[in-house]
Amino acid sequence: MGEGVRIRFDKLGVVIAAISAYAAFAAPFATFRANRIVPGEARSILESLPATVGPLLMAIVVASALIALLKTPLALRLGASVVALAALALLIGVAGSFLTPAGNTFARISPASGFWLLIFAFTLLLADVLTRLNLSPQARVGVLVVAAAAIGLLLVSGSWNSLSILKEYFNRADSFWAEGSKHVTLALGSLAAAVIIGLPLGILCHRVEKLRAGVLNVLNIIQTIPSIALFGLLIAPLGWVASHVPGAAALGIRGIGTAPAFVALFLYSLLPVVANTVVGLAGVPRAANDAARGMGMTDRQRLFGVEFPLAFPVILTGIRIVLVQNIGLATIAALIGGGGFGVFVFQGVGQTAMDLVLLGAVPTVALAFAAAIILDAVIEMSASKRRVETA
Amino acid sequence: MKAWLPSLLRLALVVVLIAFVTNPGWFEPLLKPLTENNAPVIYNQGSLLTLTLLHLRTVLIATVAATIVAVALAILVTRPAGAEFLPLSRSLVNIGQTFPPVAVLALAVPAVGFGEKPTLIALFLYGLLPIFENALTGLTTLPANVVEAARGAGMTGWQRLVKIELPLSAPIILGGIRLSVVISLATATIGSTVAARTLGEVIIAGLLSNNLAFILQGGLIVAALAVLIYDGLSAIERYTGRRMGREAE
Repeated sequence: MGEGVRIRFDKLGVVIAAISAYAAFAAPFATFRANRIVPGEARSILESLPATVGPLLMAIVVASALIALLKTPLALRLGASVVALAALALLIGVAGSFLTPAGNTFARISPASGFWLLIFAFTLLLADVLTRLNLSPQARVGVLVVAAAAIGLLLVSGSWNSLSILKEYFNRADSFWAEGSKHVTLALGSLAAAVIIGLPLGILCHRVEKLRAGVLNVLNIIQTIPSIALFGLLIAPLGWVASHVPGAAALGIRGIGTAPAFVALFLYSLLPVVANTVVGLAGVPRAANDAARGMGMTDRQRLFGVEFPLAFPVILTGIRIVLVQNIGLATIAALIGGGGFGVFVFQGVGQTAMDLVLLGAVPTVALAFAAAIILDAVIEMSASKRRVETA
Repeated sequence: MKAWLPSLLRLALVVVLIAFVTNPGWFEPLLKPLTENNAPVIYNQGSLLTLTLLHLRTVLIATVAATIVAVALAILVTRPAGAEFLPLSRSLVNIGQTFPPVAVLALAVPAVGFGEKPTLIALFLYGLLPIFENALTGLTTLPANVVEAARGAGMTGWQRLVKIELPLSAPIILGGIRLSVVISLATATIGSTVAARTLGEVIIAGLLSNNLAFILQGGLIVAALAVLIYDGLSAIERYTGRRMGREAE
């Protein structure tokens, strides 16, 4: 039909081209501030980079946007998005050192809206290509590892060192890793506790119908209590436990701090784990159960040999929900002295130092994002394995 | 359990909730044991009623905006013209859910300043996802024979959308709105860390002054609102579900 000479546009490409045109020509690329909390001054791409590099970045952005705009082969689109993202990541560091006056340690350079919009536009292109490529779960994890390695390399090489967010990091490098490990411990520890308690509870709810509605209702109601209130409400009972139960204080149980945050995250985690266990077990085909009974399997054998493996992907989905949710919620632990990356977010909000907010928010988002991709891949692998086994 | 018992409990909850936000003084003796050193028992830097109404207003504005955008997007990607956006929009929804609300909130502050606006943005973005997901499910799992029949009856694309597809998806879309509202009600409290006037103000005041009564009253009002709104929307869902012959979830 319309093949041949007519130029054909990609619909998503129109969106990407429009965003990148605005970001490259109208929005500021970087922000210059005389110190960390004063309002910033905007700098365009050409103002932020040395005279030879600025036009180069413009050319890369325009070329990649054109490739996105036209109907082009997937491989070319993949290349364009990767080149554009790599150039942006490298050159924002160059802009940092170029804009910092020599010898000035107070000046702060941060990426501005134009930079973030360009990153968004080309990540959109990359996400579209990756979605259309329909990658296997293993390949998706591979892409994640490559991206993480690239970012790690940029961080280690020091090419971003002149950016404000890393200056915030260097001022508190020790506490960054301490809060980071607290964050991960909170998120993973409460997940582990929820699985240890939630799985048997889910199995019990599956077997004993009378229990099911009651337990699920209680867990549902817990979800409606706002996180900051639940964190706060646990301060008193845990404080009482610490002062009245011998040995509790020695275990680190205190009214404020990590203990109430841990218990709150655990309580929020129970519903997805228990509910998905119940749904997963209920979805086990009757025929599979009957066959197992016919073979003379005991209840216990049936549970571990038949029901559990078949329900596994659904239970894993619950665990994925919990892990991503916990990584996000753990930021709130900072409000009650529980530590975690939230410490930097709330300090930054308090000091109106946005780069400090980013120092807390970026690792949190990155952790949640990586957890989601990895667990999605594991779920898909276990589900396809299950299909092969039952086929 | 007797059939009338849940309704009775709900009615009692409504009465207690209204009494509490309009006349918190009546409940002072109940909360008194939770305070120390003669600290105030009832939040005293603003009326609980005003805060409750502001809280509900924030959630309402964000949910209405999220519903309009999410349903419009779901309609777009299920039309032939927007079909190529469908896989991408699915992955974007998946990615979007990994952003913690606190991060969205804090990052919106430099763009729009402190107060209600960053809260609205965070609630809007967070509310989009469940509604979009459910609207997509609703619009892509319509019974094929009904859609074919409508086509055969000579209905245009627009008529099919308005008279067949949207009404049939309504119960599932409502399910998404219900999820979104419950999440927003709780998330709005975090908005008070960036100076939005919500019930979170009461909870944070309690955290800062170590006043358990404040934390409890703020938390319980939000939880009661969430339970009641959840039940109300579930009832509407069941009603439309019965009318459309489809049960949500």
